[in-house]
Amino acid sequence: MDVLLDIFASANFWAAAIRIATPLIFGVLGALICERAGVLNLGIEGIFVAGAMAGWLAVYLGAGLWGGVLIAALAGALFGLLHAFLTVILGLSQHVSGIGITLLATSASYFTYRTTLPDVSSPPRIAPFQPIAVPGLSDLPFIGPALFQQTLLTWLALVLVAIVAFVLYRTPLGLAIRAVGDNPASVEAQGLSVRGLRIGAVVIGSALMALGGAFLTMSAFDAFFFGMVNGRGWICIALVVFASWQPGKALLGALLFGAFDAFQIRLQAEIGQVVPGQVFLMMPYLLSILALVLVARKADYPRALLQPWTKGQRH
Amino acid sequence: MSLRLDPREHAPLFLRLLVSLVAGLAALLLVAIPVMAAGANPFEAYLLMAQGAFGSMFALSETLNRATPLILTGLAAAVAFRARLWNIGAEGQLYMGALAAVMVGSGFLQLPAPLAIPAIMLAGFLAGGLMMVIPAMLKQRFGADEVVITLLLNFVVILFIQMLIEGPLKDPLAMGWPQSVPLVAEARFDKLIPRLRMHWGLIVGLVAALILWLMVKRTVLGFEIKAVGENKAAARFAGIPVDATMLKVALISGGLAGLAGVSEVAGVKGYLSADLSPGFGYSGIVVAMLAGLSPIGSVLAAIFIAAVFVGADSMSRATGISNYLADLVVALSLLCVLVGGFFLRFRLRWQSRQEA
Repeated sequence: MDVLLDIFASANFWAAAIRIATPLIFGVLGALICERAGVLNLGIEGIFVAGAMAGWLAVYLGAGLWGGVLIAALAGALFGLLHAFLTVILGLSQHVSGIGITLLATSASYFTYRTTLPDVSSPPRIAPFQPIAVPGLSDLPFIGPALFQQTLLTWLALVLVAIVAFVLYRTPLGLAIRAVGDNPASVEAQGLSVRGLRIGAVVIGSALMALGGAFLTMSAFDAFFFGMVNGRGWICIALVVFASWQPGKALLGALLFGAFDAFQIRLQAEIGQVVPGQVFLMMPYLLSILALVLVARKADYPRALLQPWTKGQRH
Repeated sequence: MSLRLDPREHAPLFLRLLVSLVAGLAALLLVAIPVMAAGANPFEAYLLMAQGAFGSMFALSETLNRATPLILTGLAAAVAFRARLWNIGAEGQLYMGALAAVMVGSGFLQLPAPLAIPAIMLAGFLAGGLMMVIPAMLKQRFGADEVVITLLLNFVVILFIQMLIEGPLKDPLAMGWPQSVPLVAEARFDKLIPRLRMHWGLIVGLVAALILWLMVKRTVLGFEIKAVGENKAAARFAGIPVDATMLKVALISGGLAGLAGVSEVAGVKGYLSADLSPGFGYSGIVVAMLAGLSPIGSVLAAIFIAAVFVGADSMSRATGISNYLADLVVALSLLCVLVGGFFLRFRLRWQSRQEA
């Protein structure tokens, strides 16, 4: 028990939890916006890879860090546009298109990396985002190190939670986005474009997903590795269901997940001699499956999720 | 004049074949852009790819060797997608099948070859099938989405495999490499032609395609799968046991992916390692979609995808262009055939204003 207490009482543990949660916050927010508008975006896993690669490569080739973030978001938006074209305009299977986007974004990223850097044996590094110390606040006991070891990208993620929640629940645009995923006929009756809103949501959502990837190469690490996304995108898709498609709960879910992951890493250090490491590494995936199974019955899926829309359609 | 979309009731066979063919070609043509970006001549690259995939008996054998697991994972996806069961977990099911083959076939059962080979195939089929039956049951009991669960299980399975081959199943004679104890000689698939790598797994794949084709066309289960896939509510109303059908589909789909794992272990490697499959499970989805979910078509699509991989490897060695080009072709094929599906569902017609 002492071991557990030591872990939870350490500020480093909470700092790690927030760090692990950050890419998931971006990813869950992105997936949430897409799904709220009625479009499942399984391209997320590949868009993470594309964001991670594009952002990192831009910085490596001389762009500033924020330039890299912008490039990552643009790469995500571009793949989102393709997904929107296939699923919203042509009305094709969201499942298959999403898997296709994941395969395309992943292979395009790997190909670009290999083509741009043909002769590197170990991944080259960039100077990543640094934690920002706030004079005074950083010196607070416990909270100081937990919150103020984070980089600006983590703060961006937290601010985005508030922005997305505000837009979704407090603005006419948010009302329209929510309606377009629940009852598109009502949106059309208002004279708004169902397809336009959906395309916009998928593009913006995909850009946010790419930021989750960019965080990995530009803040959590300082290089791009093959396979570094490692299912984080899929975990986000499970977390969205867990969060009932609400930004606040999405933040909570991502933080819980981050805390659990940080916990298992520390537990591994304590009891790793008796239990194989893979058992710990499986935990995030098993936890996501468990979360999905537990909430599935009560899950309030957007009612028009997966359903394409043609103008003037009647039910 | 304006362009109008008329829904089609049924797309003729030649049109479906044409869509798949055009999709594959379009994907190949599209990668001319990255090839040129990498500073090479696309025509030269295509020629090298074709030679690498079909240019010699050795090349052909390598292509068919690569196609073998893809036929099986392609069939796995095809049968599931027909019933609208989204099995994206073929990668994990493949590894579970391979694991079962190694557990049964590495010597603790002393069986002659005519019994050992069916035994490892049955074990692999059941292990792979179980990996899909579980998510299918979670869907029925709890309403949990099978897409995300099968995707996440892929990661769980590969870690489980790593744990076993670094632990209890580790081969003490492998000089420290994390790989399992080998299959006994009786449980290995023979080569089809001496000195070439293609093996009896190919025959397993072809027979599986044939059986699946007969099942789809001629059996009650085939009809039930079609009914469930087209409209679940209507199928239930018509008295079709929807849940039981789904579980059967899950078992068959996962089982076929498991067989792909058996085939790779028994026909190629001889032991289980964590790099047994370079994404055969995911490529299987592309195979099935390119095949229009047809079992016979899956064989042809698997050979196409395999040729792309083998050809790109060979082209890469000659030109230095990254062999991730093959993955690009595969991804683009999937998206192109998806767009092609649009033309199968709708007929484009020009019409004059008066008609409208």
